[in-house]
Amino acid sequence: MHVTRDFSHFVRSAGEGIQHIDLAVEGVHCAGCMAKIERGLSAIPDVTLARVNLTDRRVALEWKAGTLDPGRFIDRLEELGYKAYPFETESAEEAEVAESRFLLRCLGVAAFATMNVMMLSIPVWSGNVSDMLPEQRDFFHWLSALIALPAAAYAGQPFFRSAWRALSAKTTNMDVPISIGVILALGMSVVETINHAEHAYFDAAIMLLTFLLVGRFLDQNMRRRTRAVAGNLAALKAETAAKFVGPGEISQVPVAAIHPGDIVLLRPGERCAVDGAVIEGRSEIDQSLITGETLYVTAEEGTPVYAGSMNISGTLRVRVSAASEATLLAEITRLLDNALQARSRYMRLADRASRLYAPVVHATALLTILGWVIAGASWHDAIVTGVAVLIITCPCALGLAIPTVQTIASGAMFKSGVLLNSGDAIERLAEADHVIFDKTGTLTLPDLEVMNAADIPADIFELAGRLALSSHHPVAAAVAQAADAKSPIVGAVEEPGQGVRATVDGVELRLGRPSYCGAEALVGGATLDPEASVVAFSKGSEKFVLSVRQGLRPDAQAVVAALKARNIGIEILSGDREPAVKAAAHALAIPEWRAGVTPADKIARIEELKQRGAKVLMVGDGMNDAPSLAAAHVSMSPISAAHLSQATADLVFLGRPLAPVVAAIDASRKALHLMRQNLWLAIGYNVLAVPVAISGIVTPLIAAAAMSGSSILVMLNSLRARSTSREIV
Amino acid sequence: MEILVILVPLALMLGGAGLVAFLWSLRSGQYDDLDGAAWRAIADDEPPQEAPAER
Repeated sequence: MHVTRDFSHFVRSAGEGIQHIDLAVEGVHCAGCMAKIERGLSAIPDVTLARVNLTDRRVALEWKAGTLDPGRFIDRLEELGYKAYPFETESAEEAEVAESRFLLRCLGVAAFATMNVMMLSIPVWSGNVSDMLPEQRDFFHWLSALIALPAAAYAGQPFFRSAWRALSAKTTNMDVPISIGVILALGMSVVETINHAEHAYFDAAIMLLTFLLVGRFLDQNMRRRTRAVAGNLAALKAETAAKFVGPGEISQVPVAAIHPGDIVLLRPGERCAVDGAVIEGRSEIDQSLITGETLYVTAEEGTPVYAGSMNISGTLRVRVSAASEATLLAEITRLLDNALQARSRYMRLADRASRLYAPVVHATALLTILGWVIAGASWHDAIVTGVAVLIITCPCALGLAIPTVQTIASGAMFKSGVLLNSGDAIERLAEADHVIFDKTGTLTLPDLEVMNAADIPADIFELAGRLALSSHHPVAAAVAQAADAKSPIVGAVEEPGQGVRATVDGVELRLGRPSYCGAEALVGGATLDPEASVVAFSKGSEKFVLSVRQGLRPDAQAVVAALKARNIGIEILSGDREPAVKAAAHALAIPEWRAGVTPADKIARIEELKQRGAKVLMVGDGMNDAPSLAAAHVSMSPISAAHLSQATADLVFLGRPLAPVVAAIDASRKALHLMRQNLWLAIGYNVLAVPVAISGIVTPLIAAAAMSGSSILVMLNSLRARSTSREIV
Repeated sequence: MEILVILVPLALMLGGAGLVAFLWSLRSGQYDDLDGAAWRAIADDEPPQEAPAER
């Protein structure tokens, strides 16, 4: 059968005779990788552009149309030691990128205006206490207005628009007081300039916008980055399927290009990328990613298969169905929708702060004006003082307090192998005080391990490993990996559903079912472990039994201990059978566990804990966990999780260890602590500055110093989120 | 003080040139990969054809 790879779905035209493809690349993390990849790819003739994006871990490639097959780039990267996958930018991500760029443009304009207005303000401030002529001062004020007004009109757009949206919906948000403050400050300054007054606040208004835009940009940039990560995760899953494009001819195509009704080929050892039903063939499938059940299920004509199941022994032909047709999936989707709707909209810390902020500030400004009028000041002076209160209280530091910490904390988490999927994940994770673990694939590793390798003579084990290289069966793959086998045995024959055999030096070697190797008698002792699959190896008349199972993650015990040390409750809810769950719970010393739990039961348990006031962190990977991941206060998934679960989880962690779970909790707690501290700093600043403003002695110089001082203080404090300890215990 | 008539517009023009340069660099994608840019500054500029054998 002829197999081709078809990447045309991902290739787009980039102008005159040039084609473009984006690849997500695994394992790019330093300048060395970057140079190596760019050099390696540029060396291919007709490549016109090969550029690595280290932030997003992607490579952009362009070449002369029709001269190259994109598959060649992937092969070349493979040679260089990197796995690469074609990539399609989602429209949501493009929107985030556009917004990010717009904010950066606004920031550039605002920063330019601030610097130039400041250049004109400083002569006025020093001139006011020396020998400046009023005409010169007016000239400088008019020049400032000439720069500040158009710049504010442009750079203020993000705030004005958002404030307008809020007001049209008859609500309020942080941008309403910001917009009012900026517009009033500019308006008052123009009036004061016309009246030849000593003070104008153009510099304060535009500086305020600059600082706020820094906070806004950091916030947006984090959102963009989480989107990019989510996009990469989807691409790294490398979801392609072998689709029949003609009788006996198949092509490896991306899942996005597969439609219901298509027929795909599922070979042994392959993970199914689509939902559908078997139309031909007979095999066993591993559905642990779907149901948490570790025992294999028999698949024959008519059996439904779901994306994420692993085909074990035979070759299957699968007719693709639309997702909603599959009954199991429909049930999970229904539960997931309910859970997502019920998820009470979490009030972010910034929103809570701004809800208090606006009324307090506006009331203070109003009272200041009334107070001065009652005390006998003119309306003009009273209003000038009131506006000064608005300017000095404008939430510079408040706007920076949270995004700066989030940016730095998410960077630190990224380094320890945790990716954020949602913006408020850090705040919610910091509050978690109870962890529910799924067992299969979460506490245990998704790949199989040989449990009794130590009991088998090393030379025999190596021979078994070399023989195993000739089979696609996942158990065989586990044996080959455990034995670190490199050279397959020549002339090995695979008998589907039975095993592999070969003859070496006149001795027959067999690896496979115990019956295939004539080793049934030995099996009794090895099946004590309820989760293990048994595979036998025979060399002539010598027989051995290997017990293969999913092992616990290497540091699972340390992580459980670390969580206990942090006073976090732990329990296991698994869809797997009781003996298997019990064994894992025992090994980890977790007294609270339940086996055979359905997705609906998991949600019920989470609700029960919620009633008691617990904030639940759900850690799971299976499709059956997706609804409970959405129902929990906050959720995490390993990178190996089912697609649906990963998209639902707030955080995703990489690699084999479980330690990122604890690292993420620690980092988020520290970040929340710093966010609160920053808010208090901002409040403390206001407590000091507001009386000065009310008393009417604020000059533009004091306003500028106070605003930049408090903002810089908050930014410096945020930098402390960078140092997260690597030690988890 | 007449010198201001030259100095002030000159200063604004310089600032404006800075702004135009920033907008140009933004448009040409120079802010798309800040992590990578940080490393590129210290990378050796070897022409691609000199790609060395595996070290």
